[in-house]
Amino acid sequence: MFDLSGKVALITGASGGIGGAIARALHVKGATVVLSGTRVDALEQLRGMLDGRAHAIAAKMDDSADIERLAKEAEAVAGKIDILVNNAGITRDNISMRMKDEEWEKVLQVNLTGTFKLTRAVMRGMMKRRAGRVINMTSVVGITGNAGQANYAAAKAGLIGMSKSLAQELASRAVTVNCVAPGFIATPMTDVLSDEQKKAILGRVPAGRLGTPEEIAAAVVFLASDEAAYVTGQTLHVNGGMAMI
Amino acid sequence: MSDIAERVKKIVVEHLGVEAAQVKEDAKFIDDLGADSLDTVELVMAFEEEFGIEIPDDAAEKIQTVGDAVGFIKSNAKS
Repeated sequence: MFDLSGKVALITGASGGIGGAIARALHVKGATVVLSGTRVDALEQLRGMLDGRAHAIAAKMDDSADIERLAKEAEAVAGKIDILVNNAGITRDNISMRMKDEEWEKVLQVNLTGTFKLTRAVMRGMMKRRAGRVINMTSVVGITGNAGQANYAAAKAGLIGMSKSLAQELASRAVTVNCVAPGFIATPMTDVLSDEQKKAILGRVPAGRLGTPEEIAAAVVFLASDEAAYVTGQTLHVNGGMAMI
Repeated sequence: MSDIAERVKKIVVEHLGVEAAQVKEDAKFIDDLGADSLDTVELVMAFEEEFGIEIPDDAAEKIQTVGDAVGFIKSNAKS
């Protein structure tokens, strides 16, 4: 089950904690991986660890031309893209009263607009081959909201609505579009929280611990597999019971 | 020149699963040949590939009939 041999996966934000774990998991299941991100060193390091069946292409998700180039180069280097994991994401947290236009716009641009543009660029090949998996990384806060993250929560909620629309457009071409919504996961993004903040968060997680990037990756592997062909337009929550939707 | 019309016709027949006789010059892809909006996108993609041309989005939107497609390709095809 969940064998991905012969498939090609493009993963954005692969230089990050969750993105790296997703890339490794898809690679272990047999996929060729194209790693994208902004930190070239981290991408190259990961590519080295995966030896063979791995390519790295640096790209910025707030740059339309760069997104087009990424889609083209990924298809050129790997021949096709079967699985697109839109994992790239940034935060610019601030209470709304103090949030600058730039903080709002940047988060929307990278997390939501960039994801749309890359998906649009990649879906052509998927439609033609009558096969494809688009997996968008959203977040529990896209559903629950979170003080200080109006921009991030809006972008993540937007991804869910976008994914449902794309799922309806592409279902007849056997292309599925789903979301994975992590809760609090141990990554550099959550490392910056103080012990006090972490304690407060864990008080809301029935599982009593942070999740691991590997637990997110497992959900992505499932949605990427042939076995998940009948799952589309869904959001798979992986959050230790923090929110039950 | 009629070669282009024949090749267009063949693509439409294959793609939409319609009878060749239905693929008349004034036949509309959506109204007469049962295409949905995604089918029209895929037809344009197939024309691009067959004739080695690029059909920009604003031109693609104007291609609504078999004749529109043949006309566009005639004035833009290299081969």
